[in-house]
Parts: sequence; structure tokens; C-alpha cells
Amino acid sequence: MKKRFILEGIECANCAAKMENAINKLDGVKEATVNFMTQKLVIEGEDEKMPIIVQEAEKIVKDIESHVVMKKA
Amino acid sequence: MKKRIWRIIIGAVVFAAAIIINIEWLQIAMFVISYVIVGGDVVKRAVRNIFKGQVFDENFLMSIATIGAFLIGEYPEGVAVMLFYQVGELFQSYAVGKSRKSIASLMDIRPDYANVKKGDELVRTDPDEVQIGDIIVIKAGEKIPLDGKVIEGYSMIDTSALTGESVPREVEVGSDILSGCININGVITAEVTKEFGESTVSKILDLVENASSKKSNSEQFITKFARYYTPVVVIIAALLAIIPPLIIEGATFSVWIYRALAFLVVSCPCALVVSIPLSFFGGIGGASRKGILVKGSNYLEALAETEIVVFDKTGTLTKGVFNVQEIHPEGVSKEELLELTAYVESYSNHPISLSLKRAYGKEIDNGRISDVEEISGHGVVATVDGRKVMAGNIKLMKMMNIPYFKGELIGTVVHVAVNKQYIGYITIADEVKPDSAQAIKELKAANIKQTVMLTGDNKSVGSKVGKELGLDKVYAELLPADKVEKLEELFLQKSKKGKIAFVGDGINDAPVLARADIGIAMGGLGSDAAIEAADVVIMTDEPSKIATAMRISKKTLKIANQNIVFAIGIKIIVLILSAFGLATMWAAIFADVGVTIIAVLNAFRALNVKNL
Repeated sequence: MKKRFILEGIECANCAAKMENAINKLDGVKEATVNFMTQKLVIEGEDEKMPIIVQEAEKIVKDIESHVVMKKA
Repeated sequence: MKKRIWRIIIGAVVFAAAIIINIEWLQIAMFVISYVIVGGDVVKRAVRNIFKGQVFDENFLMSIATIGAFLIGEYPEGVAVMLFYQVGELFQSYAVGKSRKSIASLMDIRPDYANVKKGDELVRTDPDEVQIGDIIVIKAGEKIPLDGKVIEGYSMIDTSALTGESVPREVEVGSDILSGCININGVITAEVTKEFGESTVSKILDLVENASSKKSNSEQFITKFARYYTPVVVIIAALLAIIPPLIIEGATFSVWIYRALAFLVVSCPCALVVSIPLSFFGGIGGASRKGILVKGSNYLEALAETEIVVFDKTGTLTKGVFNVQEIHPEGVSKEELLELTAYVESYSNHPISLSLKRAYGKEIDNGRISDVEEISGHGVVATVDGRKVMAGNIKLMKMMNIPYFKGELIGTVVHVAVNKQYIGYITIADEVKPDSAQAIKELKAANIKQTVMLTGDNKSVGSKVGKELGLDKVYAELLPADKVEKLEELFLQKSKKGKIAFVGDGINDAPVLARADIGIAMGGLGSDAAIEAADVVIMTDEPSKIATAMRISKKTLKIANQNIVFAIGIKIIVLILSAFGLATMWAAIFADVGVTIIAVLNAFRALNVKNL
């Protein structure tokens, strides 16, 4: 399953890379990409683990850049 | 944003005042005040992030570097590092925001409403709710909301948002109009032919918004580099602060800590990490301004590495429209031959017949023609002005026992006889696009090693087009499956790093588009299959845009590489110099903020594709 999100207010490219890296390490994630310029996060993961993945991803985003809002695209 | 600017300005003023003042305690107090104004939030974030386990966070590094400078008594440096760091951050976010906005405005083609005609009234309707067959009215200056066909009115429309073409297009009754274009002057009434979700504007927005997030190699390299760079520099800084004072005689902690702090200032990888995606984003944005949609930065990168470009013929290098090429009369005038042929063929709707009627250009008078008989697979026999006219292929001439011209001819040939007397032939063929030859020439100039054409058409037509355009190789009489096979053969001929691009119109060649390293779809307007299968979509019908795309790609890559070499180079030089005590903290500030600003400005050049 593929889910797309908008990372509103993401300002630091290195943070985007850190988020991508951390989300990719989550259990059940096949591939996650953060596109800094388009502010998009795409997560491809196992269907049944998706709700947990999304929750964890949101936490990662908040931990790295607290003002970023993760919205469904 | 405004708040940040004011904080920097006020902080800078206090900082400047502190430098001038020479009452020591007051000076130190003012340095501390300006530091808090400028960098308070950085320190706050640093503390918070440590609790969240973000150790090598920029905020943390900057806080350590500046507080460390304060502790060893280097107050001005401490404040300056923070001040310039903030200036750099501000500049960065301004640049990123600006480039995001410029791309967004480029894609501002979504129509807000449609004027639907209901009886005598015009009702403003959400384009989503308009149905096929509804009648819509587009006034001057309005966006065309849905794809349709003009049923009333005449106007000029601006297609530049879709195609990058600046010359407006004329539309009249019967013309197809595409959503996303802007009606410039007249009022046009149109019948809707596609629902909003299927209309061109939706397809394109979908493509742009859901473009794959695949990253280029340079982007991947730089994020990987950043992941190791910061920890390594921080560890070296720590060792530098502790070890030399312990083992070197006479070395003091304050000197070596100063050097270590300079290291920390340079340890931030921001400049690099931001400037590379910014360059690619600029390149993709610039390309879309030219009517070239690139689905990801990896494809933009691959374009520059292309060695072989493979073309489909019909609809890609040629117009896909049949036209009369040669009129060769024997014993009659050209006009008479064309007139008779057009009359005989006037009852058919075959593309060949249509092209003859078009070439004739005058109204067909049905009273002059009678006894039309179509002989399937051969041609047509009819009586025109009382004379028995036969028009068709060689088989027809043979069947009627008429001697005909036997030389080699290219394209579809119509032989004509009157009362069993041969009067000549007309050839009809697909025409090459006006810029096809230019496209091949430009590709060669861009160092493409081979240009190849694949076609299902016969050999004589294929090799004629190949020669006319200067292609290196032509493979003719191919079935769609053969095209993939030929492409596989070509894969063996390229170098290891080289890429193969295939250019097609999406009709019958989706498998080839998918197999090539880069699938380029031409004339994306209207062909959904092409938009989906391709990696690059050229919105106009011009093959010369392929060379443009490659030039944009090369420029973007050059900028990205310049930034990589420049930023890493300066940082390493400053690191080495400061390890030996040859560079001050001021140099470190330049290596951080200065490099960021220069790299970002350089990245902005990628957006400018005017002269490409």
C-alpha cells in the first residue's frame, strides 16, 4: 500500500533526509521517500502494518522538526 | 518570517554597539543580550532535541560552538556565528519558499468554475459537476475548464501553461479545445467531450503532483555524505580539543578548543543538502516552462547520460497525417490528374481519399460523377464527365491490363487511367514534422552517439525518412513486439553508464516506452496511455524538445556538481586550515553561511532555461 502525505512547513533539507532515513527503518516499510522541495512524503508499506507505520512516521516528523504538520495528501 | 528578520536586525544592532563600546562589563553584557535575541530559539531547540535523541542536530552543534566561544572569552565570534547562521537559515528558507512558489504558479492551471448553459441562462458550476455533452461558454480571459469541441465562436487561445508555446492558437467551430488553456479574446461556446477527471488539466496536475519521488544519484550521494560528515567532523573536533593540549608541550586548551569550535561551525551540512534538490527542482520547473514534464529528478539526471535515442516514426518524427506528395501526370495537366482522382475517390472516407480531396481543395460537384464502383483491395472505377476513370494500385492496373509507371516510388501510390489510357500517378505519404531534422541535428550536437528509428511501415518509406532526417539506423516493418526486441539489441551496443531513450506517441509502443531507460512521450496532450507509461512527457508535438530537455538536464547536473565540489571543497579546506590554526572562526562562518548562500544562488540558475 502506498500513502502520500504533505509535510507542511518543512524548511531544513537535512531534516528531510533524516526523516526519510528514520521512516525507512520502521518495521513494515518497503520504501519511504521525503521530497524536500515538493514537501511530500510517500510511504510504501505492508497493508496491515500501515496504521502503526503512519503513527510512528508522524512521531518521527515531529521529533525532528516540531513545527511541521503532516497532512494527508 | 518577519519576526525572524526583526530579531536578526535588532540582534545585529546590539552586536555592533557592543563592538564599539569599550566598557568591559557592559560590552560583555551586550554581547550576551544580542546572543539571546538572535540565538535564543536555537539553544532552546537544541535542548529540546537532545531529549528526543537528536544528537548531531544543527541547533545543538551551533549552540555548542557559540557557547564554547563565550566560555573561552571569544565573545564577538560567538555572537557572529549565531548571527550569520540565522542569516543563512533565513536566506535558505526564503530561497526555498520562493522556488516552491514559482513552481506552484507555473502549475496554477486548475480552473475554478465552468459557465454551463442551461436554457438561456449561464450557471457557474464546479467543473467536477459538468457532464459530457453539456454546453459551456468561455469568455475572454477565462480558463477553459474542461476538454471540449467548439460549436460557436472564434477566438485565440493561450496554450502556454500546457505546452510552453507562446504563440496563441486559433480556434473556430469544430476545433478541439483543451482544459487549462486560456481564452484570450473572443467568446466561445463548446460542447464538453470529457469529464473533469479525465480532462487534460486533471491529467497534468495529477502527473505533476504525483511525480515519482525518485531521487537522482547526486541527491542520494549528498544525503549519504551528510549522514557521515557531521558525526565525523564532531568527533574530530572533540579529539582536537582534548588530545593536542595533553600531548603537545606548551599547547593550551584555549587555543585548541578555539580550533575545535571552528570545526563545529563547519560541521553543518546544510548548504549541500539544500542546494542539490533545489537545483533539480529548478531544472524540472524550468523544463515544465518549456512544455517538458519530467517525472522525477532521476530522469532529469538520466537524460544527460543518454547515448542512444530511439524514435518511433508515425506521429513522432512524422505528423501521422497523410498528404499528397507528388503528382506525376502523363499526357494531361497536373490539375486535371488531381481533379479526376479526387472525383473518383470522393465517395470514400479513407485517409488516402481525404488527402486527395484536401489537395484538390475545391468543392466536389456530385452531378459530374456516376457509376462509382469500389473494387476492394484494388481501387475505384467511376464515370466522371462521361469518361470512365480508374484510380487504384498496381493490382488494379494489372487487372485492367493497363501499362503503368514501374519505377520505384515511395509511399502509397494511386495510378490513374482514363478510358483505359494511363494518365499518371499520385503519391501520398505521411510528412515529416518541420523540426524533425533539426531535432536529430541538435541531438548529434549534444553528443548522442546513435539515433535510431523503429517503424511498422515498409522499408522504402522508412529509409526515405531516415535519409531525409539524417538518422543513423532505421529498422522497418516491425510489429509492436519486434520493437522491444530491437531495443534489447541496442542495449548491448551502449556503454555501461550510457542510457537509452525511446521517443514515441504512446500508441502501440507503451511496452517500449516502459523498457527504455527513459521513455519520452510526444504530444502528451490527449494521449493518456503515453502520459502514464512515460518518464518524460513532451506536451508539444515538437521532437526538437528532446534536445532541449537534454540541455536542461546537462545544465542542471553541471550546477549540482559545481555545488557539490564547491561546498565540500571549501569545507574541507577550512577544516584543514583551522586544524593547523591558520583559519579563524570567521573563515568557518564563511565556509558555513557564505557557502550556503552561494550554492543556493547557483542552484537558482537551474530555473532559468530561456536560452536552452
